[in-house]
Amino acid sequence: MDWAYFLQQLINGLTLGAIYGLIAIGYTMVYGIIGMINFAHGEIYMIGAFHSLITFLICQAAGISGILPLTLLLMLFVSMVLTSIYGWGVERVAYRPLRGSFRLAALISAIGMSIFLQNFVQISQGARVKPMQPLIEGGITMMKSANFDVQLSYMQIIIIVLTFVLMVVFSTLIAKTSLGRAQRACEQDRTMAGLLGVNVDRTISTTFVMGAALASVAGMMVTLYYGVIDFYIGFLAGVKAFTAAVLGGIGSLPGAMLGGLLIGLIEAFWSGYLTIEYKDVATFGILVLVLIFRPWGLLGKPEVEKV
Amino acid sequence: MSSAFASSRTSGSEIVKELAFFAVIALLMSVMILGVETVDRPTGLELAVRWDLVLIAIGSTVIGRLALIVRREGISRLVQALMITLAAVCVFEMFVRFRDMDDRWASPVVLDMAVGSFTSIVVTVCFLAIVFAIAYFSMKEKSAVVVDESTKISSKIQVAYRSNTKKIGLIGIIFFFIFPLIFGENRSAIDLATLVMIYIMLGWGLNIVVGLAGLLDLGYVAFYAVGAYSYALLSQNFDLSFWLCLPLAGIFAASFGIVLGFPVLRLRGDYLAIVTLGFGEIIRVILINWYDLTGGPDGISSIERPSFFGLAEFSRRVPEGSIGFGDLMGIEYSSMHRLIFLYYLILILALVTNFVTMRLRKLPIGRAWEALREDEIACRSLGINPTNTKLSAFAIGAMFGGFAGAFFATRQGFISPESFTFLESAVILAIVVMGGMGSQIGVVLAAVVMIGFPEMFRELAEYRMLIFGAGMVAIMLWRPRGLLSFRDPTILLNMSKKEKVAGEAK
Repeated sequence: MDWAYFLQQLINGLTLGAIYGLIAIGYTMVYGIIGMINFAHGEIYMIGAFHSLITFLICQAAGISGILPLTLLLMLFVSMVLTSIYGWGVERVAYRPLRGSFRLAALISAIGMSIFLQNFVQISQGARVKPMQPLIEGGITMMKSANFDVQLSYMQIIIIVLTFVLMVVFSTLIAKTSLGRAQRACEQDRTMAGLLGVNVDRTISTTFVMGAALASVAGMMVTLYYGVIDFYIGFLAGVKAFTAAVLGGIGSLPGAMLGGLLIGLIEAFWSGYLTIEYKDVATFGILVLVLIFRPWGLLGKPEVEKV
Repeated sequence: MSSAFASSRTSGSEIVKELAFFAVIALLMSVMILGVETVDRPTGLELAVRWDLVLIAIGSTVIGRLALIVRREGISRLVQALMITLAAVCVFEMFVRFRDMDDRWASPVVLDMAVGSFTSIVVTVCFLAIVFAIAYFSMKEKSAVVVDESTKISSKIQVAYRSNTKKIGLIGIIFFFIFPLIFGENRSAIDLATLVMIYIMLGWGLNIVVGLAGLLDLGYVAFYAVGAYSYALLSQNFDLSFWLCLPLAGIFAASFGIVLGFPVLRLRGDYLAIVTLGFGEIIRVILINWYDLTGGPDGISSIERPSFFGLAEFSRRVPEGSIGFGDLMGIEYSSMHRLIFLYYLILILALVTNFVTMRLRKLPIGRAWEALREDEIACRSLGINPTNTKLSAFAIGAMFGGFAGAFFATRQGFISPESFTFLESAVILAIVVMGGMGSQIGVVLAAVVMIGFPEMFRELAEYRMLIFGAGMVAIMLWRPRGLLSFRDPTILLNMSKKEKVAGEAK
């Protein structure tokens, strides 16, 4: 066995998994709090990618793209702010009026919203693939073997570190702050939380905003990492991130991250050692297996059926 | 909104604050996605600023919000309708400007139209009048009495609809049967009707799974694909005729349903949805990559067209040993014959689907589906095997999907994985849910609305899917339980159907 190759796939998988994990958090938080699949979340991620691309182009036009850290921070900040407003708006328009209504209605509304956003971006920004020049080049050669060098690029380091930092920040937010308490309270019993003075509407809105902000970070990292985006990237990434959320145990934040990493690793190893064409099949295959043997996911709690 | 708050009016400064808030939101949402266009240049991406679109977006948001405020404050619906019309004009202007607007300083297109030629004035006025009328009549005056009356009217319609379901169905069937007689020469009308009929059939098939058994299936298109490919492959590789392949396609799809359903049907609700979605994608990925069998992304072309029940052919040049349809009937050859025949074929297939569903509902298995939908735990305690019951619904739904797929393949003559994307599944599910789950006539209505209307506005191709998505959201907000939304069990204890109808109308 070639360890260098293995290590390289491991690095690639972790990078990919970090991106999936960030998107998956949005799914898992929304599902936890209002029990619906936010189907438009993938599109939010796509819009985040577009925001960061356009911010970069504006920086370039303004002539400050030479100062790399400033550009990156601006991209991160602008994309997070503007994209979270999309998350807020989607909840306000398509989900809030349907809250407490018939379950499938919210799902159809979400699918409609997803189609709408996809086509909205397609019309306003064009259907063609948008290229972006690499901003961060180079990397560390970790290991040299006879026919293969293991590369850990700076971009990959940034992705993994940034994801880790965001994870820590958000876990603290959920675990320690009053906002997090309100969220957990709404998750358990919305009516009761409302009676005890938690502003339920605002808490749910905040959840959507947080999910969208994380998805936009994922969008920005994909833009930088792969260098190409188009209006269609949201669908597959969204489905895989949801798979990751289910795999990790829906409703659980660390579960979403773990699920994302696992999906990323499965994808990387499958394309590295087997066929690249069937990597999506592998992902879904794993999902089916997990759901059959452990329907509550890896880190979730089994639900007790109440009569 | 409850009437208790009707008297407390919001002060002017609060309204201004609210409007300013939404203006800022609109600005932030549109500033990049709308306001800046990325243009491909040989040197890389460049930017083009479209400040006018941002302005219009803010304007329409503020006006729309103002309409909502007016409504909330209970001001006359004339003002509300005017606001909505104005907002619609803004949105229209935005769409026009998307397309071909090099000069950002150009005067509004709507104004140009309104002062243009006589016809353009007429068109503009008509458009505004229609929007205004819709807005005016869909608004309710904010008064408790009127609200009561309108619910009374809608429940009257419900009673009328429910006590005449059979008549409405019969009228519908007669209409669809004489449709080719009316539009016999109009090729595009027949094509459109055939397409709508395919979706009606798919909707009815999925209705068994989603509407009756309550299983959320996001991958129904997989069975459609299995049906289409099994007909295409059987006819190309083994030279089997359409009439032999049609049942085979159904059987293949049904066995696929069983194979897929067996492991996953123990899952509940959303998990089932995501797994079926996954299976839909897996089938598509396999179709794309199994090049030797399916032709990969190129698909399968020149699939055999159906004959007239094996008796006659529809083509102009009749092959040796068989006769043409025109000769058989003693009429002149026309290329429309095949289209009309295909139309009747799918009509009958769809009606068979409907008939079987209606009968199955009355069988023990159908009762078990509905019972399972209502309460799974109670069913289990009564000795119904949930997995087998669900599996049967899944398999029967899949079978009809397979029939529809085989028909699709023979009608198109060409299939590729492109036709079986997730979007198709979403559309079929939307038809079922929008129709009002479990309602057979609702499916017809939703299919006509969802497939018929967008196809008629082909010229708006770019905006078609955009409007489609927005329409899905709008219909759900307006009627969350679907257009014809009555989802009650077929039978209830100690209650005749008439009493039940009367009881619910109260």
